[in-house]
Amino acid sequence: MEAVKKHKKTITIAAFFTFVLVLTGGLFLFQGLTIKNAYFFFPRRLVKIAAVLLVGYCVSYSSVTFQTITNNRLLTPSIMGFDALYMFIQTVIVMFSGQKKIAMMSGYTNFFISVIVMIICSFGLFLILFRGREKNIYFLLLTGTVIGSLFGGLSSFVQVLLDPHEFSILQNKMFASFNNINQNLLQVSAVLVVVTMLLTVRDNPYLDVVSLGQEHAVNLGVNYRRVVLKNLMITAVLVSVSTALVGPITFLGILVVSITRKVTTTYKHTARIAMAFLTSATLLVSAMYLAERVFKFSAPISVLINFAGGIYFIYLILKERKA
Amino acid sequence: MIRSENLVKSYGEKVVLDNVSLNLPKGKMIAFIGANGAGKSTLISLMSRIVPKTEGCVYIDNMELQQWNNNELAKRISILKQSNHLNIRLTVKELISFGRFPYSKGRLTKKDNEIINQAISFLGLENIQHRYIDELSGGQRQMAYIAMIIAQDTEYVFLDEPLNNLDMRHSVQIMKGLRKLVDEMNKTIMVVIHDINFIAYYSDYIIAMKDGKVVSQGYTNEIITKDVLKEIYGMDIDVQSVNGKPICLYYN
Repeated sequence: MEAVKKHKKTITIAAFFTFVLVLTGGLFLFQGLTIKNAYFFFPRRLVKIAAVLLVGYCVSYSSVTFQTITNNRLLTPSIMGFDALYMFIQTVIVMFSGQKKIAMMSGYTNFFISVIVMIICSFGLFLILFRGREKNIYFLLLTGTVIGSLFGGLSSFVQVLLDPHEFSILQNKMFASFNNINQNLLQVSAVLVVVTMLLTVRDNPYLDVVSLGQEHAVNLGVNYRRVVLKNLMITAVLVSVSTALVGPITFLGILVVSITRKVTTTYKHTARIAMAFLTSATLLVSAMYLAERVFKFSAPISVLINFAGGIYFIYLILKERKA
Repeated sequence: MIRSENLVKSYGEKVVLDNVSLNLPKGKMIAFIGANGAGKSTLISLMSRIVPKTEGCVYIDNMELQQWNNNELAKRISILKQSNHLNIRLTVKELISFGRFPYSKGRLTKKDNEIINQAISFLGLENIQHRYIDELSGGQRQMAYIAMIIAQDTEYVFLDEPLNNLDMRHSVQIMKGLRKLVDEMNKTIMVVIHDINFIAYYSDYIIAMKDGKVVSQGYTNEIITKDVLKEIYGMDIDVQSVNGKPICLYYN
């Protein structure tokens, strides 16, 4: 009976999220639109919404499955230092692109350099470290963390050498932003993400088994190492694409998976990924609406989301303490 | 049939399993005995491919472990280890349903559901089948895991300390269930159990290990003797016969 009650609660919350998503999304798209300005504003707003949904999918899929393969409720892909590597790439580009600095900071070149370098680095790390038979995934994560802080340190070092003008160009890249999305890059990203969707479409039942832990997964005939390695690679692609598109975004992961875990009771990945996607889309769209229309661009989206997330976590701690 | 040839496992310099060659009889309850650190758990982990071996071969029905397709192998052998910590919330029935994964890949058929229900009633778990695993007592939890292995319906079953932390009632219930699997369904069950009297009472065949080597093997009556036990455990153990079964008195 308890299970039925929880199931109802899940549906209620999912319906509430959908309502908020449709409301803020609708307001974002249609508020202030007139016949005269629609041809200008509407496509631009649509691109932003599409980018939010794409990034929302990347963050939710990678965060939910990352917790499964690491068998840990606290880790998200951000521990692998993707953001630090991205900032390092951006810093180096600013440092060495000479006259064309501003042009280099957006457009194809930057996007592809970022995506390719991030994917090559992470694949290299996975293949080198995960091939030995005795090695486990925590060894890999630890190395990722160390390398992440190495890149963080290197970026700070190079940033000190930049002049203030160069630094202000770089600063725009430090926060996730949906404002200057290049429509062509959005299409390229969408293609990459759809490819990963096709590659993972049959994976969910295997991930369900992997969430029982390594020994049970092997016992049930799942090629554990292959599932884990494949998922790490998919995660690397999704995180790289979404980061190169909108900037450092992995902070969203921990909030989204925590809410999903709180709201859904099922172990099934199909349902959990869908719920995580709904959660991240709701958070991102409403944060984007607030940032643009209420705060008039004075607060970045990441600040708003982290503010809400922080309050949510404090609420959880207080509630747990009482219970 | 399960057979191992020159099986070796070492961690760096430390050899924990040293050249073990075994022929395990079929359709029997086989117990592995030995002191802590003798290599019993390592041996069954290698045989069930949970832990990769350093050297040697393991043949399951005359085919080497590495040549088996993972999924086909999961229909032939199953293993339950001693520590079972779950990071997700599952009901008992959901856990048991995972046992059918090698057959149905997560889409349960009518036949799968029948087998799941049989496994539930086999261990008498009807009353708790909709409860969450993390709300159960240690004994009930262990029963749920064993039911999962039963639902997996494999010819060979490895169990690493299935009676760990269980009271007498649950222990006897589990051993009777396992005995029934061997006698009625002709399964081969390999167990590591520390309580020598449970082994003496329920098992057919015993493999005795010491320092990573097999020191003796044979039918229960041949192994549960004062001399053999002295060699394995380094203790003087008095073996009495009660109702035709050997009982060990090792308390003084």
